[in-house]
Amino acid sequence: MPTSPARASALAPKALVDPESESARGGRLLRRAEPLIISLGALCGALLIFGLFLACDGLNPLDVYAAMFRGAFGTWFSFQNTLQRSAPLMLTALCTALPAQLGLVVIGGEGALVVGGVAAAVAGLAVSSSSPYTVLTVMLLAGAFAGGVWIALVGALRAYRGVNETISSLLLAYIAIALMNHLVEGPLRDPSSLNKPATRHIGEVNMLGAMPGLDVHWGLFYGVVACLAGWVLMKRTVFGFAAAMTGGNLRAALLSGLRVKRLMVFTCFLAGAAAGVAGMVEVAAVHGRANASLVAGYGYTGILVAFVARQNPLGVIPVALLLGGIGASGGLLQRNFNLPDASVNVLQGILFMVILASETLYGRLDVWSFARRANAAKAVSLRVAA
Amino acid sequence: MSAELGAWGVPLAVAAGAIRVSTPFIFVSLGECITERSGRVNLGLEGTLVMGAMVGYGTSYLSGSPWLGVFAAGLVGALLGGVHGVLCSRPRVNDIAVGIGLMLFGSGLAFFLGKPLIQPSAPRLPAIPFGFWSHTPQVEDALRVNVLFILGVLLAPAVSFALRRTRWGLIVRTVGESSDAARAMGYDVNRVRTLATMAGGFLAGIGGSFLSLFYPGSWNEGLSSGQGLMAVALVIFARWNPIRCLYASLLFGGASALGPALQAVGVTSGYYLFNAAPYALTLLIMVLSSSATRTSADQPAELTVAR
Repeated sequence: MPTSPARASALAPKALVDPESESARGGRLLRRAEPLIISLGALCGALLIFGLFLACDGLNPLDVYAAMFRGAFGTWFSFQNTLQRSAPLMLTALCTALPAQLGLVVIGGEGALVVGGVAAAVAGLAVSSSSPYTVLTVMLLAGAFAGGVWIALVGALRAYRGVNETISSLLLAYIAIALMNHLVEGPLRDPSSLNKPATRHIGEVNMLGAMPGLDVHWGLFYGVVACLAGWVLMKRTVFGFAAAMTGGNLRAALLSGLRVKRLMVFTCFLAGAAAGVAGMVEVAAVHGRANASLVAGYGYTGILVAFVARQNPLGVIPVALLLGGIGASGGLLQRNFNLPDASVNVLQGILFMVILASETLYGRLDVWSFARRANAAKAVSLRVAA
Repeated sequence: MSAELGAWGVPLAVAAGAIRVSTPFIFVSLGECITERSGRVNLGLEGTLVMGAMVGYGTSYLSGSPWLGVFAAGLVGALLGGVHGVLCSRPRVNDIAVGIGLMLFGSGLAFFLGKPLIQPSAPRLPAIPFGFWSHTPQVEDALRVNVLFILGVLLAPAVSFALRRTRWGLIVRTVGESSDAARAMGYDVNRVRTLATMAGGFLAGIGGSFLSLFYPGSWNEGLSSGQGLMAVALVIFARWNPIRCLYASLLFGGASALGPALQAVGVTSGYYLFNAAPYALTLLIMVLSSSATRTSADQPAELTVAR
């Protein structure tokens, strides 16, 4: 291994880590399947640890998991609930996954979601007398733009002032929530919202409806399209190649004349726009107005989705389904097993830790070539000694 | 009640806040300072803080001794720090990412285990009434100082001394400046870093117990709102110097008290905006103290947080 392997490797794409490690033909197949095997293994590991946790609580883990599966994917109704929940997760996960291509760790999706939701509500109310189609388009653009600017600020601070993007994005999330509280308590408050201050309702006709044949709103479509677009952008375009180059080796990117700073700001804009659309979907399809319900933790679960998907926009789709399912089954756990609603958070936390720990397994799964490499190294050192 | 003090109530309340609200900042930032000096970042101290608050409250409730609660909170913090340290010792595991994981895990676990603790009331930490000479209730109230605050103030020079003048401090700093040099001298870099993270977690846990056992003084799920994270940012602002961490914590405590203080004297219009003051202040300070082109000379060279 070269001298400093530990630095950025957690975020580096697999292909860049060790391109010429093995010549074995079987090794190539294994390397393709490696992320899948390790991720599934980590998922099992997390379920095992959480199972021990449940067992300490006097519950049978298998019963709980069976109930969770039923609550998430068991019936058509619960599956639609899962789909509905996974839509904002896909969008907020992109908020972490896209900047990660450049080696940035942005965790402020919650803030961009809130800002996007508020902006969408304001814009929707401003044009509420137009046709529903116009209202929704304006809301979508406003949400995407506001969320994009919010995270672009994070990228700009990083690029031009060297401010750590992880901390600044999370601070901006808190600021966004305070700003929203200020607006819905004061200037934007609907006088009829007594207990829970909110903006005025955008109007039932203007709500984002269900997709044909499903009881799931169009937000899911937005999420899937955004993930596909993110994948094409990052894996199949020159822009994505430049981003991967910046993330893999910043100095090489600078030397080859890439405009790294602009790249950072623009990628962060796209990332924030995705999360902003999540906020717009929450307003337009679920709540009808912007209020504290926007702060539902989708931004934080989105971080987890992005890391479990190893920052691959395409991988975000199935992982968001999985975590949306875990979230959807939370209510059932509360009712059937008397578990606190935070048990979903515990499972998510354990899954996060195990996934990160499993990062160390990459490149070691191929037991045969691993042993062969060790032997080769031994032979070399013997030769040097002789 | 604030009529007799008038507008003077605001600076007084801010000063009182600096004393009262700053204690968790002091402990978390000193802990993070030790961890970062060894070359690792633990972003998970937010989770440690919440976990410490829950365990401190629970232990105090069950045992009847708040000091036992403080100690238990520290131990749990050290345990979480140990998890971070051991995971990050594996090759290819990113310390910032593990910190984010720990943040979610710590708060989730605290809410899970702390559900039965929301109702009962546990014995609190005592306060020393330094304001006995005054007859103004606000002044008296402001000077009811908690012992943990005094401990925190004393701890800052102690940590500073330990880092600069002791063998342990030298080892920690060597590991943080050049892991190669430390390895060449025969020190186990990962072990030193894990221990430094555990020490940081211990202090952060104590900071958390202050939240539940003194101010605000009860356990609920909205107890911490980013104090742990702000403290991490504050270490960067304090340029990895424990004494400056103390000053910065006092500044932040004051900023956090601004909103409630203004509300108390009748300024209610921008209440929620003033709640954002500490976060905005943190961000502003980070913008001012960072630079895109050069890294601070005080920054431990092995640190990845402010590349």
